[in-house]
Formats: sequence, structure tokens, C-alpha cells
Amino acid sequence: MTTSTQVADCALQAVRSLAVAGLLLSADIVSAQDAAIAAFKTVDSMEARVQGCATCHGQRGQGTSDEYFPRLAGKPAAYLYNQLLAFREGKRVYPPMNYLVAYLPDAYLKDIAEHFAKERPAFQAKQQTTADASVITRGATLATSGDPNKQVPPCITCHGPGLTGMEPGIPGLVGLRASYIVAQLTRWRTGNRQAARPDCMKRIADRLSDADVHAVASWLATQDPPADASPAKANLSRMPLSCGSQM
Amino acid sequence: MRKGTRNFFVIAIVTVLAIAGVIAFLMPGYLPVVPGVVAADPTTQTINKGEYLARAGDCVACHSAPGGKQFAGGRPMPTPFGNLYAPNITPDDETGIGQWTADDFYRMMHKGVSRDGTLLYPAMPFAAYTKVTREDSDAIYAYLMSVPPVNQKNRPHELRFPFNQRDLLIGWRTLYFKEGEYVADTTKSTQWNRGAYLVEGLGHCAMCHTAINRLGGSKTSQEFEGGMIPNQNWYAPSLTSNREAGLGNWSIKDITDLLQAGVSHRATVYGPMAEVVYNSLQYLNDADVEAMAVYLKDLPKRDSEAPPTSSARLVSPNVMELGRKIYAKQCFMCHGDEGKGYPPSYPPIAGNQSITMSSPVNSIRMVLNGGYAPGTKKNPKPHGMPPFSHILDDEEVAAVVTYIRVAWENSGTPVTPAQVSTLRTIIPE
Repeated sequence: MTTSTQVADCALQAVRSLAVAGLLLSADIVSAQDAAIAAFKTVDSMEARVQGCATCHGQRGQGTSDEYFPRLAGKPAAYLYNQLLAFREGKRVYPPMNYLVAYLPDAYLKDIAEHFAKERPAFQAKQQTTADASVITRGATLATSGDPNKQVPPCITCHGPGLTGMEPGIPGLVGLRASYIVAQLTRWRTGNRQAARPDCMKRIADRLSDADVHAVASWLATQDPPADASPAKANLSRMPLSCGSQM
Repeated sequence: MRKGTRNFFVIAIVTVLAIAGVIAFLMPGYLPVVPGVVAADPTTQTINKGEYLARAGDCVACHSAPGGKQFAGGRPMPTPFGNLYAPNITPDDETGIGQWTADDFYRMMHKGVSRDGTLLYPAMPFAAYTKVTREDSDAIYAYLMSVPPVNQKNRPHELRFPFNQRDLLIGWRTLYFKEGEYVADTTKSTQWNRGAYLVEGLGHCAMCHTAINRLGGSKTSQEFEGGMIPNQNWYAPSLTSNREAGLGNWSIKDITDLLQAGVSHRATVYGPMAEVVYNSLQYLNDADVEAMAVYLKDLPKRDSEAPPTSSARLVSPNVMELGRKIYAKQCFMCHGDEGKGYPPSYPPIAGNQSITMSSPVNSIRMVLNGGYAPGTKKNPKPHGMPPFSHILDDEEVAAVVTYIRVAWENSGTPVTPAQVSTLRTIIPE
């Protein structure tokens, strides 16, 4: 009796210390629930002004537990600005966003883009995948080596070796969840989402099968962020396809 | 010889300098810079005035498609009778109004009749524009003639039978259209009359702030008493009731701030009014906005319905407690624990007529969809509210909206989850 109680106590203590260690490790990882609640220090600040984004994208653009909404923090400012403009003009269609930014002038949208581009909040815990190992392998191949038979270049060529994007117009992919990536690639294939012409992403998306989209999204969603989540410098390497957003 | 050469050079240099001096004296050079504004020529003045008045009339909002060319038309206007498409009003000879004369334009503004004699649908606010003076109409015409022509064919309207029969408009006009330029009320000040001219004429405020009946008409007897905006699912509050957006006990400063900047210490604009401020009112000068404020504040107080009875205001304690908890978690940061907000950045909720007015539609929509105040010259970086539709279910939205409508001595009535549910689908995710 006594022994078993002691064992139980001991085990409980071990669990507790593990939990404490876990807490310490994740001290600056804001919990998913909290990320969606508006918070700021002073009213007259950009931090306060962008709380209109908080319930979907997190107070600092870190993303929330809702896996459809993308992380914004650290994406190149010009990419974010292009998206905000496209939402305002109705060129990128997502009614909740189209509605929110409808009456915001260019200069302010630029400020918002620059604000989130500078933010470096901790990443959300990476997604656990239920995809088969063979699917993940296919995804890894597409992302890091591409598929020469399909003329698909690897993601990392343009989206950066650490998948943190490239200045000025290519978004980071690390920290995005599979369902968001699948939805975006699908929208590109149907023409619902478009980038500046020539639209290189459209050309690539058209070359991917449904299975490819699922595979690459599953792999991307399980990648760890690099220590420095800043986007790669502009056009350090030659682009395999011509992209309007980099011109 | 040497001396002669030196003399020659001296004379030559003196001569060259003298000639240069004379030339410099005679050449016109740049006009001297005179501080202050140089008066523009009459054409420029007329076009400038027309541009300003076109802003006041908010022509651009309907006559431009999102992302399309300015004034080239094509924006769909959903109505209870089907879709209308605003026409091209650029001066393109073939597809726009390039061949219109100033007389044609005035007849259209004043009588609601197109160049070829067809009757306009009243989505074009000619019932208001009829009050515009000939001089102002001519200025707007001159401005529109000066914008780049765009060759873009008008899209035919998609109205259901019988509303696609334009002859029926004769009946509508008999019931709801009174032709005539604005006549000044001599018992009121010049400023009041200027405000009335802008509000009743180019501003066409009554288009939304007066209830629209089943025939798409507005009764003048209920002018400015508020109503649902058809197909937009926003409620345009009464401008005559102090329980709604009546401005009787507002300061002139708060009214002008709201109209021109989009934010004030009393409230913030959102929804369709944010569009009006963004496209139109922010560009009006201080004197005109103040004139509008003076007129609006002076509108006669009328309430189409009695204040809610105390039994209508009864709320179950469970709902109140759920609402309070959600408020503390989601709303407190920006609107404060007493609903006082941080005006003008975050509007107050306590004592805000927009929250307590009889229709809860706007409050429910703000909680579901959030919203940013418009970015304006006087408030270029507005604060905004995030959407909660993906975080709160119908019962929770109903509870928190009920809470803010009755807490802190607010005089509103409770709302039901069913009311929330019907508004949830307006902006699909």
C-alpha cells in the first residue's frame, strides 16, 4: 500500500517536473487559444490597430489553433501588401477578408503589411500528420527536389531553403497547415487565386495532381522552422520560372 | 601695339558683359513666385467644383465596379426586384455619356430621364438629385466630360417581370417622385440651408435612412426614420430618433468627426456608411460638413415606435451571465469593463445608440463579421474589430449582444440565437 502510494507519488512528481520543463521550454509559445484574443499595450500603436486580425491570424500574426487561417508574421512585406490589395480590389476572393479591408487606403495597407513582416512570434506547435509514409516521402521529394518529369521545380528554390520565403514577393511556407496549403493550391488550379503575371505559381499548380497537392501540403505542414525565420534575400539564385511578383 | 591689344581685350570684355547684362535684363525668365494661391481659369474652376460635387454625390461608389475603371459602370446592385448594373458615365462617345449635352445631363439629374427619353430606375437617386441646382449640375457634367473615356458596354439589367417593364415607372414616379430644385427655408440660417441642400440633394441620405416599402419607394412622411437597406442586410438607423442615430443631443464636433473622419467620441461608422465616408464625405470641406451637421442635428424628433417596455427588456440571468463572461474574455480589451471604450479609436458601447436601437442587426453583424472604420484623411489608420463568427456559436453571439444591449443602463432588448443564425450566412467563409 505504502509502496504503491510512494511509487504513484514519485510518478506524479516526475510527470509534474516534465510538465514544468515543458512549460519552461514553451514559455514564449503563446497557447493557441490565447493567440486568438486581442491584446496590446497602448491604444495608439500599430500593435493595437491590427487586432482586427487577431481572432483569425493571432495578435502578432502567429496564427491560431484554427488551421485554415495562415500565419502572417515574417512573410515578406511586399507579399502581404499584394494580398491586402488583392483582397480590397476583389482579385483574391475570400468574403470575410474582402469585407474587412474594403475601405482601407494603400498607405495603411502597406503599414499593416510591414508590421506583420517585422513580427517574429514563436511558431505554433507543428502539425501531426496522419498521411502515410509514402505520401510524406513524395511530398519531401516534390518540395526539395521537384519532379523533372512534370517540370515541377522544388518549392525550396523560390520559397527559400528554410521555407521562409524570399524577398520581395514570395511567402514563407513554414508554419502553414496542410488544409490551408491544399486550399490555396486548389484555388490556383481553378483560377480562383492569381498572382502577378506571369503567374509562376499557376503554372506549377496546374502540373500537380490531387495526390501531389496532398503530399506536398502534408510534408510542408510537418517541417520545423529554422532558427532565423526571416525570408531569403531577393533573387540570390535565378528563378526556374519567371514570376511577376519578383519583378 | 601691346597696349593697343590690351585695350582691345578690355573693350571686348566690357562690351560682352554689357550685352549679357542687357540680354539678362530683357529676357523674360521665370515668372516671379508669388506666395499664395493663383486663381485658376474659369474652366479649371468649374471642373474642380464639379469634381467636388461629384464626390458629394458619391457617383463613384455605384458607377465603378470593384477593381474596375473609375465611372465605367458595371457594378451590380442587387435589389429585391433583381440585379441592376450601374451604367458607364465616362465621356466615351459609344458606350458612355460622351454625346450627352449639359441639357441632357440636367434633365437626367432633375427628372430621372435618360438622353433617349427612357425613364431611369430609382436606384439612381434622382428623387434626391432633382434638388441640385442647374449650375451645380453643369459643373458635375463638366467634370465627367473631363475624365478619361472608357469604352465599356453597359451590362443589361436583370430584373424580374414585371419590374423589367420600364413603363411601370410612370406609376412609381406618380407615387414617390417630386420634381424640383431645393428651395431655401427663409426661417433658417444660410448654413442650415447649405446643409439641407447637401443632405437632401447630392448626399441622397434618405435613400438608406428612410424605410423602403414593397414598391421600392420611400414615404416622405417617414423621411430619415431609418430602415433596412434592401439586399445589404444592414439597418440604416433613424436620423430623427434620439434612440437611434438621431443627433439631437450630439455636439456638432462629434457629428462632423463621424461624417468626415469616420470616428468620433460617440460612435464609429461601419458597413455601408463606412463606404459613404470613404468615397464621399471625407473629401468635403469643413464648412460643408459642419453645415450638414447643423441641419442633421436640427431634424425634427420623431419616433415611429414607442420605447421598449420593461417586460420586453427582461433577460434570463443565465443568458446575462454567459454574455458577461464572453464580454470579459473577448470584448473587454478594446471596449473596457464599463463599455466606455477608448474613443475615438475604440467606440464606446455604453450609451451608444447604434447598440441599443430597436434593430439588433448591426450589432449582431459587427460581432459576427467585425469591421474596420474607413481610412480617411483625418483618420488614415483606423482601428478595427475582428470577426467572431468562427469562435462564437449562435447562442454565444446572442448572449453577448444581449448583454451589451442591456448592461450599463443601455436601453436595448434581448436578441435570440435564431436572429444570429439568419445573419450568419451573409458573409460566407
